[in-house]
Amino acid sequence: MPRQTPLHDLHVALGARMVDFGGWDMPVHYGSQIEEHHAVRRGAGLFDVSHMCVVDLHGAGARAFLQQLLANDVGKLKLPGKALYSGMLNETGGVIDDLIVYHRAEDAFRLVVNAGTRDQDLAWIRARVQAAGLALAVIERAELAMIAVQGPKARELLAAQLPPEERESTLRLEPFFAREIAGTGWYVARTGYTGEDGFEVMLPSAGAEGLWRALNAAGAASCGLGARDTLRLEAGMNLYGNDMDASRHPLESGLAWTVAFDPASRDFIGRAALEAYRASGNSARFVGLLLEDRGVLRGHQRVVVPGVGEGEVTSGTFSPTLERSIGFARVPRGTGAEVQVDIRGKLLRAQVTKLPFVRNGRVLIDLTPPA
Amino acid sequence: MSNVPADLKYSASHEWVRARPDGSVEIGITDHAQHALGDLVFVEVPDAGRAVKAGEACAVVESVKAASDVYSPIAGTVLEGNGALATAPELLNTDCYGQGWMIRLQPADPAALGALLAADAYQATLAAQGG
Repeated sequence: MPRQTPLHDLHVALGARMVDFGGWDMPVHYGSQIEEHHAVRRGAGLFDVSHMCVVDLHGAGARAFLQQLLANDVGKLKLPGKALYSGMLNETGGVIDDLIVYHRAEDAFRLVVNAGTRDQDLAWIRARVQAAGLALAVIERAELAMIAVQGPKARELLAAQLPPEERESTLRLEPFFAREIAGTGWYVARTGYTGEDGFEVMLPSAGAEGLWRALNAAGAASCGLGARDTLRLEAGMNLYGNDMDASRHPLESGLAWTVAFDPASRDFIGRAALEAYRASGNSARFVGLLLEDRGVLRGHQRVVVPGVGEGEVTSGTFSPTLERSIGFARVPRGTGAEVQVDIRGKLLRAQVTKLPFVRNGRVLIDLTPPA
Repeated sequence: MSNVPADLKYSASHEWVRARPDGSVEIGITDHAQHALGDLVFVEVPDAGRAVKAGEACAVVESVKAASDVYSPIAGTVLEGNGALATAPELLNTDCYGQGWMIRLQPADPAALGALLAADAYQATLAAQGG
């Protein structure tokens, strides 16, 4: 029996098509995935992300512990509420998971990890705490629901649902900052996975349905995991399990920006493996692809780079904003501006692009084919 | 409840077949199938002249989230693929039994149609699958 979020019955009542996603019965769309996508780019959309796992880490030494556990440096989190995106690596540099860590107070941090990796993440973190001989509390907050409100109108719509005295401060949150909403148990973060402005709200389960209905009534569209995937692809954001996993390290997954090699004295897990890889000069490139021929890029399609070698599409879809197929691919060093992708035995032309494709409603790549 | 027109024949894999007066047949995907797939964004139909076997994958429909094969319910020779779907794949969502037809086929054996599911039998398979 797949697990259900606190919003499960509401999704069904709203007409969602439900699918099994990593052991959870989740809405993939409520009618049209493409309309839901556009709602987020143009107005506001709501996503149930309660399947994601919130883990609080408390106790003396929590910061130093996270500086060893994560490839990005929690030392950058100087102000309360600041958030950081990071990979959690194994000793060979492979990505165990990607996560966001929020700094709540000195020696009090909150991690949000992927649903599909929840159990192994918790086991890994607890084993590391034990190995370090620390008395840190690792608390899974399964009683919290999580709703993402995303789109140019999202912040305004969410603020209207807060106690009046909390609105101003919440609207003033900078990107990648979060705050507690006094008297509600809500934690509101200006983060997301769509390339649009918005908030992610962690709140006690009992209030989730009321918040969803209120935001729906205020004009935010219910959106499923289908739109979440096309939005994140346009926004150039990786999906764990597709674009990176325990056998691939961040430097070959477009995540070099999330690895803090400075200071050199910070000995995070996987560091030695990543340094050896860097020294080998053998780096694959992680790029965006825009399909020029008709078709749809999908994960695992073979990329052919004439005269250079072969690579692989890691994620692909049809982009509702571009009305073209886009994807990410791992390609050999030396790959130029054009590649071919093997789609059902035909070699189709694709243009190599920078990421992201779309950010804050704007198309950032050139859609005209090269001369 | 899915729309299942009474005058068509069906396969258990959610294709429909329409007998035409000239002895050829039109093939497409059912309302249940298009609804299950979601917004369709790419369709690949076979070229004229291709011989297909019954149950052979002969076309591909891609929704935003995945690619799916379409199987020919009967054996025959492809007379025409619906070229309009190249630029308007959404016709499969908006008019799957009309402008969203996919393949026109000359059946190898006209009697093969008789072995396909009638509308009520197809409707019963959907009901059994909870659809």
